Amino acid sequence: MHIHKYEKIWLIFGLTTLLVFLSVLGVSAFYLGNQPPSCLATINPEKVDTTKPFNKPGLKKVEGKDWDYELVFVASAFNYNPGEIEVPKGAKVKVIATTKDVIHGFEVAGTNINMMLEPGFISEFETTFDKAGEFLIVCNEYCGAGHHMMTSKIKVVEA
Amino acid sequence: MKSNVMKMVDRRDGKLAMAHFYVAFIALAIGGLAGLLQTLVRSGKFVLPAGIGYYQILTVHGVVLGLVLTTFFIMGFQLAAVSKTAGTLTKRQRTIAWIGFWLMTIGTLMAATMILLNKASVLYTFYAPLQAHALYYIGLTLVIVGSWFDGAAIVIAYIAWRKANPGQPSPLLTFMSLVNTLLWIVATIGVAATVLLQLLPWSLGLVDRVDVLVSRTLFWYFGHPLVYFWLLPAYMAWYVVIPKVIGGKIFSDSLARMSFILFLLFSIPVGFHHQLTEPGIDPAWKFLQVILTFLVVIPSLMTAFSLFATFESYGRSKGAKGLFGWLKVLPWNDARFTVPFIGMLSFIPAGAGGMVNASHQLNQVIHNTIWVTGHFHLTLATAVILTFFGITYWLVPHLTGRTLTKAMNKLAIIQAVFWATGMTFMSGAMHAAGLLGAPRRSSFSEYGGAAQAAEWIPYQVAQAIGGSILFIGIILMVYIFINLAFFAPKGEEEFPVGEAADEAEKTPMVFENWKLWLGITVILILFAYTIPFIDMIENAPIGSKGYKLW
Ligand SMILES: [Cu+2]
Ligand SMILES: [Cu+2]
Repeated sequence: MHIHKYEKIWLIFGLTTLLVFLSVLGVSAFYLGNQPPSCLATINPEKVDTTKPFNKPGLKKVEGKDWDYELVFVASAFNYNPGEIEVPKGAKVKVIATTKDVIHGFEVAGTNINMMLEPGFISEFETTFDKAGEFLIVCNEYCGAGHHMMTSKIKVVEA
Repeated sequence: MKSNVMKMVDRRDGKLAMAHFYVAFIALAIGGLAGLLQTLVRSGKFVLPAGIGYYQILTVHGVVLGLVLTTFFIMGFQLAAVSKTAGTLTKRQRTIAWIGFWLMTIGTLMAATMILLNKASVLYTFYAPLQAHALYYIGLTLVIVGSWFDGAAIVIAYIAWRKANPGQPSPLLTFMSLVNTLLWIVATIGVAATVLLQLLPWSLGLVDRVDVLVSRTLFWYFGHPLVYFWLLPAYMAWYVVIPKVIGGKIFSDSLARMSFILFLLFSIPVGFHHQLTEPGIDPAWKFLQVILTFLVVIPSLMTAFSLFATFESYGRSKGAKGLFGWLKVLPWNDARFTVPFIGMLSFIPAGAGGMVNASHQLNQVIHNTIWVTGHFHLTLATAVILTFFGITYWLVPHLTGRTLTKAMNKLAIIQAVFWATGMTFMSGAMHAAGLLGAPRRSSFSEYGGAAQAAEWIPYQVAQAIGGSILFIGIILMVYIFINLAFFAPKGEEEFPVGEAADEAEKTPMVFENWKLWLGITVILILFAYTIPFIDMIENAPIGSKGYKLW
């Protein structure tokens, strides 16, 4: 089986590009720490309301951690608790969320915050809110008849 | 390949393939209507009558187009291709395929009934813990099991051909049908496992709880190769049929086989790229599967190269000059070429978008936004489906003993223009709205009057305009299909099978070594899945009870 000269050039060019591309993804993931939300902690989805930190949803200032605030959300068909929250601009925030029933999405429109909430698991993402304004939270995973009504809001205010 | 005497597919095999196509085109009509209604609802200017739910028609759309249309069309096409190139099916092979056809049809009717009764508005991805009626799961299982019977007929026909022709490489179209069938069988084991071992016992009340993450993982083990199961038959037409249609040659028989083998290897151990934003899976394993996902770039580049090499060498043989002179001599007024060619073009932006989707970090920007919907309406609903339409234009009259008339050929090209226009609006608007955050699989909503959601609405109107143009395309297509099946003038339409330009060079027999290729496939799957799967089961939270929230 012989491969045409032009095809060899084409494939070598393609593979080199691919290698560079995958290296960029790899360096970003393992060196700069840009991993997708992949929290491994579990929870009993029927006892969310009595399990810390989900017994007190909302924004909490924390000390001695890599982030300044923890922003806790509880999702259930078809709403988020809290339904609206204020966050100071520039704050380093760890978003922590889970679901009490079926799978929901947690997407803050116009940001990189986008994660799946699955029963039995906790989802986390660290971020900094640099831009002031109102950010809409939508459920982007089908969860039932009221799926498109499921929403919350983050107001980023000048500190 | 043997010299090209006009050999017709046996009438009995033709009937078998046509049975598959009838169901496929009924599915196209129903699923297309559902799609139109979705875009209209989401424009905010239309409300569904008679208490029909948005998520009900969304389920119809996904099941009927994503599973029914595709599986029936592909199996019908592959059976016809095997019958044409490896010889008429034996009675036993044909009976097995008919059993497959009926199982698939009965399964489809069961699932459809449950969706219409609103007992199964869980979409075609049926994410637990949403719990549909058991008959919905049983129906979908029958569709899969039926497709295994169809597949078995193909595998048996291949084995018989090899026995009768020792030491010879199998005919290219038969080889490709076999690869796609093997890919399908290995992939569907995942979805069969979650349905039979998890969802069915749970929906029947035999067990109380279901492991959600395991179910999703098994689904996506199937869900990504599903995409390649759709794509490879289109590649069969691009590699083998199109060269003959334009009067050129297949660039290389061996390289075509090699790219199909690479698709078999690299399209299965990659399901995590659909689960990048999920908890419970270590990001290192996600990254490994991202790398494996991107390896399909190799056979994709090979395919692109050999297609354009075929076009260019044909053009130059006709005396075309200059860098792009060969473009001019291609048979643009032949629907059998032009319609799939438009599909090929759509694969360029579709491929680029796919790279975004599968990227470890970029995925987070578009995950579950309507960008993704826009993406697979370029891959499946344009590249693949226009190629399937292009196949229909010669295969259906070939099987029914009729011909594609000049008028129908022209209408077919008009159909493709409608399709491309409608899709440019719809898919373009979906990509744009998705970047702004608009979610997929969602009915019309103003999200409490949020300013961001208001920005999405003009794009949703554009989607409805595109959807309406596409629906005209669907009406045209169904009309052409009915014409070719029942009314077109009697005659002999060619089943175009190309010859390889490197005919003299013997195709290496290593490509037919299935112990080797299936062995590597299994090793790659075990490598990518074993450890994360064990982790999932060992660290599993308490399972979920069923919910019916629609
Ligand atoms: Cu939802
Ligand atoms: Cu995929």
